[in-house]
Amino acid sequence: MSQQAVNGVPSRGKVLTVDNMNPNVKRVEYAVRGPIVQRAVQIEKELREGVKKPFTEVIKANIGDAHAMGQKPITFLRQVLALCAYPELMEDNKFPEDAKKRAQRILDACGGHSIGAYSASQGIECVRQDVARYIEKRDGGIPSNPDSIYLSTGASDAIVTMLKLLVCGEGHDRTGVMISIPQYPLYSAALADLGAVQISYYLDEDKCWSLDVAELRRALNAARQHCNPRVLCIINPGNPTGQVQSRQCIEDVIKFAKEEHLFLMADEVYQDNVYAEGCKFHSFKKVLFEMGPEYSSTVEMASFHSTSKCYMGECGFRGGYMEVINMDPEVKAQLIKLVSVRLCPPVPGQALLDLVVNPPQPDEPSYTTFMKERTAVLAALAEKAKLTEEIFNTVPGITCNPVQGAMYTFPRITLPQKAIDKAKEQGQVPDMYYCMRLLEEEGICLVPGSGFGQREGTFHFRMTILPPTEKLKVVLQKIRDFHLRFTQEFS
Amino acid sequence: MLSWSRRASLPAPGRHRGRIPEWHTETRTDIRTVLQQAVGAGPPHAACWDEAGTGAGGAQPPELSAMFRTPEAVVVSSPRKFFHIYPTRADKKNKTGSSGVRLLILLASRASQIEKELSQGVRKPYKELIDVCWCDPHSVGVKPLTFVRQVLAACVYPQLMKSHELPLDVRQRAQWLLGRCDGGSVGSYNAQPCIPEIIEKVSEFTTRRDGGVPSYPENIFISTGSQWDILNVLVNSEASPKTGVLTPAPCHVTSMMSITALGAAAVPYYLTEEQGWTLQVEELQRALESAKGVCNPVALYVINPGNPAGLVQSRKSMQEVIRFASEKRLFLLADEVYQDFVYGENREFVSYKRVLAEMGPPYSDTVELVSFHSTSKGFMGECGMRGGYVELVNLDPAVQKHIFKLISKSSCTPVLAQMALDLMVNPPQPGDPSYPLYNQTQHIKNMLAQNVKTTHEVLNSLPGVISQPVEGGAFVFPRVFLPPKAIQKEEGMQPDTFYCVRLLEETGVLCCPGSEFEQKEGTYHIRYNLTYTSHCHIKIHLTTFHTKFMKDFS
Repeated sequence: MSQQAVNGVPSRGKVLTVDNMNPNVKRVEYAVRGPIVQRAVQIEKELREGVKKPFTEVIKANIGDAHAMGQKPITFLRQVLALCAYPELMEDNKFPEDAKKRAQRILDACGGHSIGAYSASQGIECVRQDVARYIEKRDGGIPSNPDSIYLSTGASDAIVTMLKLLVCGEGHDRTGVMISIPQYPLYSAALADLGAVQISYYLDEDKCWSLDVAELRRALNAARQHCNPRVLCIINPGNPTGQVQSRQCIEDVIKFAKEEHLFLMADEVYQDNVYAEGCKFHSFKKVLFEMGPEYSSTVEMASFHSTSKCYMGECGFRGGYMEVINMDPEVKAQLIKLVSVRLCPPVPGQALLDLVVNPPQPDEPSYTTFMKERTAVLAALAEKAKLTEEIFNTVPGITCNPVQGAMYTFPRITLPQKAIDKAKEQGQVPDMYYCMRLLEEEGICLVPGSGFGQREGTFHFRMTILPPTEKLKVVLQKIRDFHLRFTQEFS
Repeated sequence: MLSWSRRASLPAPGRHRGRIPEWHTETRTDIRTVLQQAVGAGPPHAACWDEAGTGAGGAQPPELSAMFRTPEAVVVSSPRKFFHIYPTRADKKNKTGSSGVRLLILLASRASQIEKELSQGVRKPYKELIDVCWCDPHSVGVKPLTFVRQVLAACVYPQLMKSHELPLDVRQRAQWLLGRCDGGSVGSYNAQPCIPEIIEKVSEFTTRRDGGVPSYPENIFISTGSQWDILNVLVNSEASPKTGVLTPAPCHVTSMMSITALGAAAVPYYLTEEQGWTLQVEELQRALESAKGVCNPVALYVINPGNPAGLVQSRKSMQEVIRFASEKRLFLLADEVYQDFVYGENREFVSYKRVLAEMGPPYSDTVELVSFHSTSKGFMGECGMRGGYVELVNLDPAVQKHIFKLISKSSCTPVLAQMALDLMVNPPQPGDPSYPLYNQTQHIKNMLAQNVKTTHEVLNSLPGVISQPVEGGAFVFPRVFLPPKAIQKEEGMQPDTFYCVRLLEETGVLCCPGSEFEQKEGTYHIRYNLTYTSHCHIKIHLTTFHTKFMKDFS
């Protein structure tokens, strides 16, 4: 007799199994850290262990992780954060006075003058005030209220929180959320987790990934058959597609949202990353208010920003915020409750956000260095955006739209039928097979387009333009060689 | 403007599949958030409701306008008037469920207003506001550990390592930690959501702590403070009946909110107060039966050392819990964040993982367990970093894959928080330059033990107050036997809330009412944090206040 039977314990399987776990979690997929990245990490380990490969390092161009790609942190930001972490450094005369002043102001707003104390769930009040002032300045004076600002653990956290608040209903009444295809997989993953209905609208690759309201309408009407569409998500500048929306297009989207009674979620984390000539970042909020009270007093909206992108690229701090506009006060109260479950956003991230929205001013000692560093990062990115487009477009079988903004390129790749068959044979989607081969042969880690969504029968990959220029040239060259080789092999 | 009339476009409270918990379980941070809104009120605040300047103030819900604007209207000289604006019990029964928050908002915003007035020189019977609601050591004067902050500063601004002003071990640790980050910067996401070498350190730590019980890095996940993401895997929000979690009563509020926010039901099991808040298996049995027909309990949540109850479980008690979980097929969730705070004589912290391993098969290889720990508690007290970890035992590897995926989805745990975790599990050792200073954490421990002892004595010397011995954790949760007149005279509030409001008004001491933590019907408590650096004023305030209160209502 088994021990279990003696104790009267039924012979047990697990309490928690794949069959009885939360089914929504099973549906979640997150390509940016998918199997290809797992393999990249494994290959790195093999390299360290001395396994021979046709390359000496893995270049992870799968994620927009600026510092990992060698971008240097902005001195001023780090000085203030170091002072906040270890205030004894205030005595150190190597730190500029404005950095000390800024650190003191942040510490004074923290419980017990320590960034180790919890903050308010919505975020430190003086940081929210600075965010509001930043938004006002950005939008040419349109007022922003600190009470409508919610600090978060990176923009992702705010986006998921907002979706949680919006998703409800059962069956045909279940909330539908419109997202662009290609999309950033955070959205599809969050929607799967929440059991919401994803409504895909396609960006027009032939028109530089632009957004067309007719396509929005098509997607919406089709979705009305099986769900209750209530939310429209826009990523501008685009991820992974790098387009920057025109003012006219934003206006059209706002009109559409009003007509169709949709809540707008504007993901604007790349707002400082605009490179192409003639392109300019217009915030949804600014356009909304310029359209007059008919719109500005009715269209409900949330806009998201983060410390992870732009010139600072401080992903590891998880700083971010959202601003909500025209939200029902009762819902706002629910929102406060929802954010309070996670107590507070990381305080160092809040401190960093404060510096980003309130950078050194021309009369302050850190200004010159700060501006120099900032400009250098953004200029290099603009150069790399152009370089990427140019080189890819010289490769037969790769077509690449201009990278107008953000940090990625999403070129289309033509795959020979034989390669497609081969992939199927191996149980992989064709662009995954392509990226896996590229990783194994060249040590370059990209994310297949299927992880972002693409029109049936087309194939893409996402690559970040962040590697330093010289390295980027090598990467582009290697992809070019690989692509030619790959095409040759299967033709 | 904020379109009250267009509310139908967003889920109104109660229409949301149980994902958003009900208001009555508030957390401190709620209070603070709302408090800041309320206190930062006046003209700019009022503008919040008429955002676009349409001036349609009338469109806002009257209840909310009262809720947020009241602090302005409250006249300090008239606490009576203040009491009248608290919600009544009838409100509490009202299904909007918003009265709880109104109450706490008012309590907290009142506290904040008092603080403001004191700073403006308004005369009060006391000189400072003392917030003993929450365990947030730095906010009440506990100093951050020098070693921890030096390393973090060096990681943030590596130029600091060039000079020799920082101790050698600090520089070495910072160097090592930065070497674990992609690009050598705390500003990167990293390829893995958690830094593998730090996970290894955590794993070594639990092995050491548990007397050699093996720990496997692949079973450890670093997370952003709240480890409840794990529960997301366990709770099927579409299941009918609902997924149930057996939850201690009293229980701290964030756990309850997290459970209900995921769409699960909390099934309370009551700790036995008279026996020092011990956990009785018979009560677990009763609770489990009470869930029949209501929900489907799949997990048992234990807090050891307790919060707010100051118990530290004995090995025997833990073995009983494990047997119960095994027999009833419950997944064990062990909240062990206060593992460093143990004061009781002959009491020591033993982890559930260790007891489970020592029980041997069939338990040790079947009972599924998740243990939580955090950088927020312990001597480090770095709440603002939001770092913590979970260790999984006996989980189905296929399920674990999904957990990994969920963690990956949230980009990464703040890198500084991961570093703080490394410093927590791997502090300076004898012989290291930073050790002598670090070793002074012993002072914090002594201070706490002293606080526990004197608070316990003071409380038990008060008529009508019984405080169980505090063996561990950061709180004391005394029972207050309120005189019937006080219970009747409660101004529509829960009696212990009434007590806390009076305490705040008359002494400037802010405590949490027990009614926010699940207490047995008809009993009243207050929760009082022990990590305060100087308790002497509070004790005098408490004694004077309580004596007067009992006299006033006898």
